[in-house]
Amino acid sequence: MKNLVILGAGTAGTMMSNHLVSKLPKNEWQITVVDQYKTHYYQPGFLFLPFDIYTTKQVKKKGAKFIPKGVNYINEKIELIQPDDNKVLLENGTELAYDILIIATGTKIAPEEVEGMKGPEWHKSVFDFYTYEGSKALRDKFREWEGGKLVVHITEMPIKCPVAPLEFAFLADSYFKNKGMRDKVDITFVTPLGGAFTKPKATKALHHLLTDKGIKEVTDFNIERVDYENNKIIDYAETEVPYDILVTVPTNMGDALIERSGMGDDLNFVPTNKATLQTEDHENIFALGDATNLPASKAGSVAHFEAEILTENILRYINGEPLKEEFDGHANCFIETGGGKALLIDFNYTHEPVEGTFPFPGVGPLNLLKESRTNHMGKMAFRWIYWNMLIKGIHIPFVSATMSEKGKHFEETEA
Amino acid sequence: MDKTIGQATISVDQEGYLTDLSQWNKEIATEIAKEQGIEMTDKHWEIIDYIQEKYKNEEPLSIRGIKKSGVINIKEFYALFPGGPLKKATMIAGIPKPKSCI
Repeated sequence: MKNLVILGAGTAGTMMSNHLVSKLPKNEWQITVVDQYKTHYYQPGFLFLPFDIYTTKQVKKKGAKFIPKGVNYINEKIELIQPDDNKVLLENGTELAYDILIIATGTKIAPEEVEGMKGPEWHKSVFDFYTYEGSKALRDKFREWEGGKLVVHITEMPIKCPVAPLEFAFLADSYFKNKGMRDKVDITFVTPLGGAFTKPKATKALHHLLTDKGIKEVTDFNIERVDYENNKIIDYAETEVPYDILVTVPTNMGDALIERSGMGDDLNFVPTNKATLQTEDHENIFALGDATNLPASKAGSVAHFEAEILTENILRYINGEPLKEEFDGHANCFIETGGGKALLIDFNYTHEPVEGTFPFPGVGPLNLLKESRTNHMGKMAFRWIYWNMLIKGIHIPFVSATMSEKGKHFEETEA
Repeated sequence: MDKTIGQATISVDQEGYLTDLSQWNKEIATEIAKEQGIEMTDKHWEIIDYIQEKYKNEEPLSIRGIKKSGVINIKEFYALFPGGPLKKATMIAGIPKPKSCI
């Protein structure tokens, strides 16, 4: 009997277990999934929780529900990966030997990386919305808040779901409008980037939206510290931005396990081949999702596209065939813009998000880079798709793992 | 896009970053620095050497990386290249603007 071990039962790890269970012969392969947490969170829902759009129940379910039968599911903290011995050690002392290892341990916020961020004001006037706890604390704060300066801030790149902070600003605009107190709330978007997003084409469209909604932008802001006593954030160029509520996206880092095992880069992300998803250092170790150092967005859609390609590459690896160099960095993201509308963007390593229709060329029904209600419906429907299709590894019709160029308006494209 | 600096013609992208490092030399760098309002000193050149080295080794450049490098602290880095230190330093060094950079 051979062993395939998957570390992490989040979006990526759960999908891989579902894909592989039907592909690997049961009499030859035992699949094991390890995760320390029993709860599976619908992370895109953390964006909606603060605004009372989703309830807490809509964003969490028992993880075991989504791990297929026949897969050995272990709820235990992982202590160490020992790649030279093909072994994983768990905190309770168990040793798991593997023939193939898949790392899907994701990324976490690291607010302690910035002075004053995770201080006495953490989850009081300084919040994150990348964790269940942060998002819920923010919801409670917003319910009773009487207005003031709301600062939405990104610490440093890369971050999970790079559009989420913008969506947060848009939804805040909508939320306070609906409460009839938008005039009492001053919203500022603060980013280390030169503009609203990582890709120039989308940045232009998003910049207009920010202006339309009366959201101020502070760009090129590289935070040095949070002065929580005087309610301001300060950057290395001594620029100060005052806040009453700071909603920050802290530094994102790979799991501490990766650092303990000596397998990560500066931010604990695992160096991974960007086309095959095999790790750079070990041929029987693969990685996907937020845990890798790939120059792609850290997003569920990326993990989804990667999972389809990685499944095939695992089978090829087992059969001794050359790996397919197929992953193109494809990402597909809805961007909530508030007021019941959303944008949709579709891009990869080399192609900028463009205008056009999706998934059917010329037809849609979804519009790329344009605000529409249909796009918003798509985003809302996605929660159902996530729980019922995506993590169960059921192929989503008409959406391919690599990016299609049909029905899209490409202008110049450069790497 | 072509750009003429003194006697030399170099190719640059829309934002003014060199597209071919082999066209780079210290005279060109000094001129680009002037356009950015920077007068080059030994300390500036030390940083330029460091980031060119990183680039040649295909190591990504980031403020975090600079902080860890021990070559310079971030306050000094901002003082030498006011505004966007990585953006300006990479332009002077003749290498592409780092993705997601400041």
